[in-house]
Amino acid sequence: MDDPLLIAGESFNSRLIMGTGGMPSLDVLDRALVASGTELTTVAMRRVDPSAAGSVLDLLAARGIRALPNTAGCYTAAEAVRVAKLAREALGTNWIKLEVIADERTLLPDPVELLAAAEQLVANGFVVLPYTNDDPVLARRLEQAGCSAVMPLGSPIGSGLGIRNTHNIELIVESAGVPVILDAGIGTASDAAIAMELGCAAVLLATSVTRARDPELMAEAMRLGVAGGRLAYHAGRITRRRYAQASSPPTS
Amino acid sequence: MTVVVNGEPHVAASPMSLADAVALLTAAPTGVAAAVNGEVVRRAEWTSTQLADGDEIEVLTAVQGG
Repeated sequence: MDDPLLIAGESFNSRLIMGTGGMPSLDVLDRALVASGTELTTVAMRRVDPSAAGSVLDLLAARGIRALPNTAGCYTAAEAVRVAKLAREALGTNWIKLEVIADERTLLPDPVELLAAAEQLVANGFVVLPYTNDDPVLARRLEQAGCSAVMPLGSPIGSGLGIRNTHNIELIVESAGVPVILDAGIGTASDAAIAMELGCAAVLLATSVTRARDPELMAEAMRLGVAGGRLAYHAGRITRRRYAQASSPPTS
Repeated sequence: MTVVVNGEPHVAASPMSLADAVALLTAAPTGVAAAVNGEVVRRAEWTSTQLADGDEIEVLTAVQGG
């Protein structure tokens, strides 16, 4: 079925946004990205390393995958805004995955700095896709600030704990007027499917693929999980019942 | 004069442009951004941006992440 993902007026056929961190090699990354079917993939901004071999940007360009820069590693709004401006200059895109984390142990978003950064970036003409807590109120505030999507975590980055508070994700989806993208915490394909069944517009994941025993195979599993969950969302799940309901006709 | 490029002190003959500083690290025609003392400078202005003693230059590119 024709069911594109729309973000800030741009259309994507895939509802799986990939991260690239933690891959053993560019070659494995390449195969996993192809298997995932993704059309939008995050990259981080770091100091140029003259000894670096190969470029993730060249790989994405060769595959026709749009690069989405992030502000990973930023702890304050000021840092995040500076990195976003550098990313805009380097990559020629005003799209930014906004990450402002509170501490290294949890990598949870700092809500105060995040909202401040979002406001400044929107004022500077950015399309802002913020990585946020699974907090319906903060999600609403980010949308009101002009963000083009909200990206609540399922659980902490890289934890693979899945979606710890499905109720909050449902509440966010229920009231959001922009796409809700489940970002962080996905452990395996069923987690991605659940995100989509809850009504999320897309899933963003990295670690569950990049650190899987077979990243390429897991990328395919994620593609199918997202697609299956999306179809189930459209199809409408049955109501949960307390007791059995026979699916075969009675014998007499 | 001495400028600091990505955290490394670099003794250079003056004048030195931002384009010269970036060229120390990379010849990539795209995908690179530079800032002088925290201010982003557009690529079109790299050649005309003259560096001064003590300037701190950051040269960034996209890497795997997120």
